[in-house]
Amino acid sequence: MSNVVVPTTLDEALALLAADPQLSPLAGGTDFMVEVNHGARRPVRVLALRAVAELRGWRRDGDVLVIGAGCTYVSMADPAFAVAAPALAQAARTIGSPQIRNVGTIGGNLATASPAGDTLPVLMALGARVEVASTEGTRTLAVDELITGVKRTVLHPAELITSVRIPVARGPQEFCKIGTRNAMVISAAGIAVVLDREAHTVGCGLGSVTAAPVRATDAETFAAEAIDWSTLRAGAGTTERFGTLAADAATPIDDHRSTAAYRRHAIGVMARRALERCLS
Amino acid sequence: MRASTDPHGKGVTMDVTAIVNGVERTADVEPRVLLVHWLRDELGLTGTNVGCDTSSCGACTVLIDGRSAKACNLFAVQVDGSDITTIEGLAIDGELHPMQQAFHECHALQCGYCTPGMVMAAVSLIDEYPDLGDRGVRVGLEGNLCRCTGYQNIVHAVLQAAGEQERHP
Repeated sequence: MSNVVVPTTLDEALALLAADPQLSPLAGGTDFMVEVNHGARRPVRVLALRAVAELRGWRRDGDVLVIGAGCTYVSMADPAFAVAAPALAQAARTIGSPQIRNVGTIGGNLATASPAGDTLPVLMALGARVEVASTEGTRTLAVDELITGVKRTVLHPAELITSVRIPVARGPQEFCKIGTRNAMVISAAGIAVVLDREAHTVGCGLGSVTAAPVRATDAETFAAEAIDWSTLRAGAGTTERFGTLAADAATPIDDHRSTAAYRRHAIGVMARRALERCLS
Repeated sequence: MRASTDPHGKGVTMDVTAIVNGVERTADVEPRVLLVHWLRDELGLTGTNVGCDTSSCGACTVLIDGRSAKACNLFAVQVDGSDITTIEGLAIDGELHPMQQAFHECHALQCGYCTPGMVMAAVSLIDEYPDLGDRGVRVGLEGNLCRCTGYQNIVHAVLQAAGEQERHP
């Protein structure tokens, strides 16, 4: 690696990217630098984004939460953030350790595009919109348009994720994940369930059980019809059926973290529990 | 910060200026150098240990602008303009920081290899969450491994130091 450039403005960062296709963006580095230290990633030149203030933090814009790509997990675990985006705050609190949450970012989680990225199921359940910029302009993508496979995205070399937009919570939300231990764990399976009491819809995103992010749409449709939206109650067997349908949407694999069978089972259990917690 | 030779050439170095333990340090650093190696090899601050190189063990924990981070996970050039605190920066005029004193009194170490990172993580933790309790300390130190498995006394020490801070704000 011959150079690291450290821009302080977004315009500067985009201009640098446009001029150099071999420039690799680096956010918190919690995935990137591990690969560099292992010798598994050998970047030619690095664009370190830590100093770009415009990408940091989050703000509320009416019914929408605008989260900067450089917003750290610790910022998303903030109580004020948790009021507006409970499931995303829950996911942020489970990621890594304090040292990781202090530097790791939502933009990095998206761009890394690991199936085990813990914000991804939540962003899918919320129908998040990801803003991507280059010197040519901006475009907005859904998470499943951005991420097309394991560590694969449609980002061009000159493009940078700049922000993520999600609706402010209009009902209960839950995030669950399971791994081989409690601390510093990479999820073997994860799930987010989001209820919208005004639109009468249910969002359900799955983590670590598909190559690219998916929603469990059959489970969503079933639950939206089964829930009595005025009381937030549902008839006997609703949450069990929801769990079964969510598990049906999983296409997990056997790997060093878990087995396909266990992952599918875990999704069913966690989906049921998450919906139970959302209901009265 | 500026690159001192052709930015795409070999052997390039960059000026980095950071406050390290209260003192402004400026150095020519190769872009590929990790923060932990800059601290240890260039500044001689060998208290920050390298454990795993993969951000798993927490031995290299330092404070960047007051928050704990793993120094094996950052290039030195990324902390240009930042305020860095290492284990060497905690004691003032030879008087141990309350967290160091608590680790000493509670015998919160065996081999000592994890200790600098453990202390730095704990300093950041009780600064951010003053009222942790036993469980909060255990969860809060999830990013630091002690292979001697001496966690019990580490938890005692952090709780004692948190109390110290409350009594002497």
